[in-house]
Amino acid sequence: MRAVVTVTGTDRKGIIAKVSTFLFERGANVEDISQTLLGGQFAMIMMVEVPEDADLVFLSKELDELGKSIGMAVRIQHADIFDAMHNI
Amino acid sequence: MFTKSDVLETIQMIEREHLDIRTVTLGVSLLSCVRDSASATAKAVYERIMQKAERLVPTAETLAREYGIPIVNKRISVTPVSLLTAAFPQNSVEIALALDKAAAELGIDFLGGYTALVHKGTAAYEEEFLKTIPEALARTKRICSSVNVASTRSGINMDAVQTMGEIVKETAERTKEQDCIGCAKLVVFCNAVEDNPFMAGAFHGVGEGDAVINVGVSGPGVVQHAVHDAPDAGLTELAEIIKKTAFKITRVGQLVAREAAKRLSVQFGIVDLSLAPTPVRGDSVARVLEEMGLSVVGCHGTTAALAMLNDAVKKGGVMASSRVGGLSGAFIPVSEDAGMIESAANGTIGIDKLEAMTCVCSVGLDMIAIPGDTPASTISAIIADEAAIGMVNAKTTAVRLIPAIGKKAGEEVRFGGLLGRAPVMPVHGGDAGKFIRRGGLIPAPIHSFKN
Repeated sequence: MRAVVTVTGTDRKGIIAKVSTFLFERGANVEDISQTLLGGQFAMIMMVEVPEDADLVFLSKELDELGKSIGMAVRIQHADIFDAMHNI
Repeated sequence: MFTKSDVLETIQMIEREHLDIRTVTLGVSLLSCVRDSASATAKAVYERIMQKAERLVPTAETLAREYGIPIVNKRISVTPVSLLTAAFPQNSVEIALALDKAAAELGIDFLGGYTALVHKGTAAYEEEFLKTIPEALARTKRICSSVNVASTRSGINMDAVQTMGEIVKETAERTKEQDCIGCAKLVVFCNAVEDNPFMAGAFHGVGEGDAVINVGVSGPGVVQHAVHDAPDAGLTELAEIIKKTAFKITRVGQLVAREAAKRLSVQFGIVDLSLAPTPVRGDSVARVLEEMGLSVVGCHGTTAALAMLNDAVKKGGVMASSRVGGLSGAFIPVSEDAGMIESAANGTIGIDKLEAMTCVCSVGLDMIAIPGDTPASTISAIIADEAAIGMVNAKTTAVRLIPAIGKKAGEEVRFGGLLGRAPVMPVHGGDAGKFIRRGGLIPAPIHSFKN
């Protein structure tokens, strides 16, 4: 399934590596990465393909923890919410 | 496909502008639970709720995580209880207690449907049922009650209006130790809708299916932000901006409603396109109106701004959902909206302006605290005025008044949480007692010769 991982906060070294490694270890494939600013803060957006049987709730909780450990907000969301909101 | 800026916009709406799913409400028919005694009916009701709603809270929590959108409330609405207890109405509280127990065990904060529909006449069993409302609300924590006293097609049942003035007063008396909170869970309707997911007025209409998911979306903060970003837009352009924002908000509701219904194996009912405020900063309908150009909510121009906001929300939302229903519009509950509380506390907005505003927006005089010594006949008169607005304009109106026992205008009642706090507002003097005591039915209005 398609999902979107977003990381926001104050930019630090090695964030892409940490989040990518985490996702790779759980069988998720990062298809696209981009970085930008959101309200003056660093924002990274990753489009990922997650295995169909993956537990998004569990992954989301794990990413919460990862976020806390690096002092940033890290979320994973099913891509359907973005499709629903931004496409007719 | 969506773009990087779409993703960021969504994140911003959720995390900074309080976009959320306000409620996922499971409507459950209880008609099959009627037995030959109150205790047997209560038992059947409890078992059916526990079975039907068992997975409601965990399913909503899973969806909230998967989509990264807060789902604030998980609630249940049921068949009007007065229909279940027609053979033993004086024992209706037993059903309320069973429902309250089930709700507590399922982690549900409010369950609506301690309801009677008496808009065209009050049957003897309904008269008995209405008398049980104060006790039911005093003895339960989660049960919400509503009574429909009027409709556009049938007129206003003034006997019921008179009774409800007394019931509201008695409910306040019986819950005065908790700032009369019972009245925060009691709504008197004109043109009540059968699929409303919002409390306290939710019930599962008899025309509905066996079990159904109705979702209420919200997001006044998102609309406020969108309006803020267009300081120089004309009103035509502003209406378009609000429509587009409402579209996006509603699409999230539609997604969650469809998915929740699928996972719970029940029918997808409706999405209610409401702007429902909370007392939290940045989640206020009053602030949207002020952002539109009013110096303070309640000043002249408020009704026009609200009419435009309400209409634009509906137009954007209708396009976004395959099934729209409920109350759909902007809510103006005084105690639940930081901007309304402020205007009410400093006297900028009064009950008359609020009444005018209910002509053009969703619902009615909502969560308004009035002096505790207000006579029951005056409460009935306020209900009658509001029902008349609903009846003539073919819209839903409701009255949720809190007579603050032992308090006067200028003091305050505090409920905490989503119910917020309400400054006690003055009501007019004079006496409509004779008018109310006449009883009978105000006939349904003619729908030709509109003037």
